[in-house]
Amino acid sequence: MSSRFEPRIVGFLCRWCAYTGADLAGTSRIKYPPNVTPIRVNCSGRVDPTLVLKALATGADGVLIAGCHPGDCHYTSGNVKTLRRFKLLQRMLDQFGIERERVRLEWVSASEGERYARIVEKMTEEIRDLGPLNWKAKVEVEA
Amino acid sequence: MPKPKIAFNWASSCGGCEIAIFELGTKLVDVANKIDIVFWPAAFDFKYSDLEAMPDKDIAVTFFNGAIRNSENEHVAKLLRQKSKLLVAFGACAYGGGIPALANTTSREAIFKHDYKETPTTDNPQSIYPQAKAQVKEGELTIPDFYNTVKTLDQTVDVDYFVPGCPPVAEQVSNVIDAFVTGNLPPKGAVMGASDKSLCHECKRVKGDRKISKILRTYETIPDPEKCMLEQGVICMGPATRGGCRSVCLDANMPCRGCYGPLPNVIDQGAKMLSALASIFAAENEEDITKLAEAVPDPVGTFYRFSLARSLMRRTKQ
Repeated sequence: MSSRFEPRIVGFLCRWCAYTGADLAGTSRIKYPPNVTPIRVNCSGRVDPTLVLKALATGADGVLIAGCHPGDCHYTSGNVKTLRRFKLLQRMLDQFGIERERVRLEWVSASEGERYARIVEKMTEEIRDLGPLNWKAKVEVEA
Repeated sequence: MPKPKIAFNWASSCGGCEIAIFELGTKLVDVANKIDIVFWPAAFDFKYSDLEAMPDKDIAVTFFNGAIRNSENEHVAKLLRQKSKLLVAFGACAYGGGIPALANTTSREAIFKHDYKETPTTDNPQSIYPQAKAQVKEGELTIPDFYNTVKTLDQTVDVDYFVPGCPPVAEQVSNVIDAFVTGNLPPKGAVMGASDKSLCHECKRVKGDRKISKILRTYETIPDPEKCMLEQGVICMGPATRGGCRSVCLDANMPCRGCYGPLPNVIDQGAKMLSALASIFAAENEEDITKLAEAVPDPVGTFYRFSLARSLMRRTKQ
């Protein structure tokens, strides 16, 4: 078997919906790629853009932010705040030259294990097609 | 007792930091009596060879302004580090890359192509570009090598203190110089001549409900001088910027551009400003949010106007 590129994706999953959904994917024995390293956060609204940039700058090939569906946020509106930051962050990442497929915001409820698995699958394949981000090496190209 | 030896240097910057030192006015004369200026290319005739001839660690403190843009900047930075006991990154360019670091959104190749070929007033049919080395019949000529990526001073050499500002305001320059003269210094790596709180903390404008439903550029409006700039829809970097500048821009009814750099313990000024701005968008659904996000002009240039070289991403993809 040829060694194909395995993307490293950092997943910021909200404790109430997405992380529980990811748990359900596991307990339901749904098969999906192991490329997302999940980090449990209390709310997707806690995901400071700094965290996304730091992940990308220090070796991640992609970042997945997943929270409750709009209207379902445990803290009423944390996910709407995330959406506001995300839309602006997307514009900034466009300028940095980072493809939109690499940084995603998705809504996953606690009962959507299947949905979580399919999101991870799709994201992994799309980033695999794009290839490694390898930001540090890109920045340090000098002469 | 011999007076402490001080050096000033001007690397990749506009020269405003030099003016900031002259802005001390008559105080500069008092300061000059307490110190011995051994190197200051902008004010006196010093040569790099004078610097090379000095013993190591001979200079008590060097105030270095400007980013590292070419091999000359880097060479002088290394030389001054070797000759100085203390090295201070003076001003926004040395600290965070400043305006020169906005060139990190493009590349050396693109800059050369634009400046030496594509500008309407340039006539360069043979496509001649600057070369670090050139052979002429008298021998080899060299000019500094232009780097692809602008760096901060501390990405090049070890730095003891940082003084932010574009330029640092005179009052703060005076405080900083006093601190060195009296020896009353903070721990290594500290930011001097600035506040530890955000600019909003010292801004006198009245803050209200902190919601914005439109984004305006400065030429599109004359803001109410009593009200928070951000709430009027003008992007003001105040929430993500250190205070200490006496809010001179806001007093002139212009928004903060962020020259005093990130707050303590903040890794990335631009990400913090992005976060602060987006969270006050008065929009609840995806469509309205997208509209407001699209209205922000040039996010990288706005949020990292003075700190791109110091940011997490440092430059755009090449």
